[in-house]
Amino acid sequence: MSSHAHTGHAVVVEPSGFIRKYIFSIDHKVIGIQYFLLALTAVCVGIVLSLLMRFHLVYPGAHLPFVSGGIMTPEQYLALVTMHGTIMVFFVLTTAPQGGFGNYFLPIQIGAPDMAFPRLNMLSFWVTFLAFVAIIAAFVVPGGAPISGWTGYTPLSGMGEVTGPGEGMGQTLWIVSISLFCLASLLGALNFIATTIDLRAPGMTLFRMPLTVWGWFVTAILGLLAFGVLLAGGILLLLDRSAGTSFFLPAGLVVNDQLQPHSGGSPLLWQHLFWFFGHPEVYIAILPGMGVASHVLSTFSRKPVFGYRAMAMALCAIGFLGFMVWGHHMFLSGMSPYSGFAFSVLTMSIGVPSAIKTFNWIGTLWGGKIQFKSPMLFALGFVSLFVSGGLSGLFLAQPAVDNMLHATYYVVAHFHLVMGVAAIFGIFSATYFWFPKMFGRMMSEPLAKVHFWITFAGAYCIFMPMHFIGIAGGIRRYADATGTNYAAALQPVHVFMTYAAFITGAAQLIFLFNFFWSLKHGAVAGKNPWNATTLEWITDSPPPIDNFGGDYPSVYRGPYEFSVPGYRQDFIPQNLTPEQAALLK
Amino acid sequence: MPGSTVTDEVELIGTGKGGGSSGDDGSFGGGGDDWKGPSGSARVPQRAYVTGMTIALAGILMFFMALVSAYIVRKGMPNSAWVPFNVPRILWLNTLILIASSFTLARSRSRFLANDSEGFRHWWGVTTILGIFFLAGQVIAWRQLAAAGLFLSTNPASSFFYVFTAAHGLHLLGGVLALLFIAFRPTHRLTKGTATEVVSMYWHFMDGLWVFLFLLLLLGR
Repeated sequence: MSSHAHTGHAVVVEPSGFIRKYIFSIDHKVIGIQYFLLALTAVCVGIVLSLLMRFHLVYPGAHLPFVSGGIMTPEQYLALVTMHGTIMVFFVLTTAPQGGFGNYFLPIQIGAPDMAFPRLNMLSFWVTFLAFVAIIAAFVVPGGAPISGWTGYTPLSGMGEVTGPGEGMGQTLWIVSISLFCLASLLGALNFIATTIDLRAPGMTLFRMPLTVWGWFVTAILGLLAFGVLLAGGILLLLDRSAGTSFFLPAGLVVNDQLQPHSGGSPLLWQHLFWFFGHPEVYIAILPGMGVASHVLSTFSRKPVFGYRAMAMALCAIGFLGFMVWGHHMFLSGMSPYSGFAFSVLTMSIGVPSAIKTFNWIGTLWGGKIQFKSPMLFALGFVSLFVSGGLSGLFLAQPAVDNMLHATYYVVAHFHLVMGVAAIFGIFSATYFWFPKMFGRMMSEPLAKVHFWITFAGAYCIFMPMHFIGIAGGIRRYADATGTNYAAALQPVHVFMTYAAFITGAAQLIFLFNFFWSLKHGAVAGKNPWNATTLEWITDSPPPIDNFGGDYPSVYRGPYEFSVPGYRQDFIPQNLTPEQAALLK
Repeated sequence: MPGSTVTDEVELIGTGKGGGSSGDDGSFGGGGDDWKGPSGSARVPQRAYVTGMTIALAGILMFFMALVSAYIVRKGMPNSAWVPFNVPRILWLNTLILIASSFTLARSRSRFLANDSEGFRHWWGVTTILGIFFLAGQVIAWRQLAAAGLFLSTNPASSFFYVFTAAHGLHLLGGVLALLFIAFRPTHRLTKGTATEVVSMYWHFMDGLWVFLFLLLLLGR
């Protein structure tokens, strides 16, 4: 019996024109790379913004040639904060793991020729691209970029130019960009879910799906349910700004000595709508990374994932609970202590599935024949950062503690470790792991290791001290902390973090060089350089236009059959029939 | 109930994916179920479109529920500046038209499934025209409100009225375009019936959603 029992005729013809092949392609692989390159562009912008912030915090009076007026104003600093957060959360942490790697590998890993709706897929990329153009345009319009943070809190974000530079056209563009992004993400989520439900290869049961697919699947469900809510909020906010309505804007607001014409709106309503989206959003950023980490840890430990079903169920549990904890971002909003208590308990309960995941990651490593390849290093880094960052979340989940820490750098340190850098490590792990499949060549392993160690140490050097600044009362979003004695005393720590940030930022050039150099000069990878088991490794590198050359696989086993006792080969691909596998005994 | 066939088929999909948990013994456990790989021209199984529409409706529902929750919160604000008004009476007529359109659409679907092309096209056309009437009626309702001095920014009650009707109207306009698309498509290209099924799902959902929004605007004011 053949493993390719369902061979069909390849009907997919690769388009020949450059535009249809590379620009307006409906091939999920090309779209995945487009998303990845968009995220790569965005992350470069985001890093530069963060380095400017770090520089300004240490040298607040420095003359900068590219800043109008020479010295950065507090408003310009806030614009950097806003744009850094927006670009990183939406266009990097949401775009790269889901739009990039999810798009490329979800169909292949379930044995499908493409996404369920390829044209919709193309549409969602190009709408995302438009959203990115809109957010970048905010830098250059009169007034510059918005200053209301990536959360766009009302009333600041709702009233227009009167509230400051960037709150005119810049803020409008921000809302337009986020709304477009919501629309694109909804289309993408729809595609991911339908593909996972209906396009799995014969034999690919839900509990034979790689955990990466579980990660993207649960993420897509979160996106489907969350982005519509932000879209609704964005539309109401846009109406408040440009049509004179008062959804979020209260009566009697006086800004710059001008009485605002609005009446009766609720700024907290925006916070609720935003965070109902915003909390699932941080899981949208991290769940694909969890999937990748599980996948890579198993592959390079040469061991099955410890507690596979528990891992899949924990992903679902985190996703489910993620919709019930948005209030923990609003402990300071004057909410009832009873609500605060409920949100607090629910938030801490997320520690349970998170602990299951961490326990199982360690269980996967335990007793394994660990190969310290670059994807593995970054997956280990992911686990480390997720634990370090997650633990501080338990403190912040207590309203009484959060009241003290919420406006400080402690929160900044927390979310950067747990959903920022950890997710980035997931992306790096995925990049080093799948680069051979995507481009047919290996990335340089020595360069990757240098990149890993500097980035790993650097991330801790930046964000661990930041916790202490927060505990000591260092207020976040302040452009200049040198004005008060207690804050000025923390300045040496800021200096250390800034040095660490610049070194870590520079180390990313190693990655960029490695990436583009390896495209041309890397060692040829072959079909399965990592001796991995899932379906993307049975096809060519890079895969043909229909993924399997018309030779579609059937699936006979789970995704992580490594080191099965009694077999000569320490991995058994998912598409091997029992008869074929018996030959390996 | 109109569209009960649709509901049944959606539920079939729901039970189909439950098969995923069975079988670790190397035999086909379920998963892909009846889809035998992308042979021939059937690259995407027809049921993916039904799944896709079900998912899309879930996303759309979240969008509208966010607006509804905003409505409830905003109305409950102290000093909300909320000035209730009587909804234009033409909304009653519009609502009846839209409910009727669901029945004609269900009729059209059943004619389609009975291979009665003429009856299918007749009732499909009636549905499309009813849909256009509904949209025209909504525009008339807006004009009546505007004539009465109630605009988008007048007070939160009118703001929400315009937001709900516009958001729903846009979605329904999409539905009308889909109805028109199929109305002008040759019958031999509709043989699988997925397109008519998916459009029917969408239309019935928009109908039900409007009834909900109408009751909200009527009783919640």
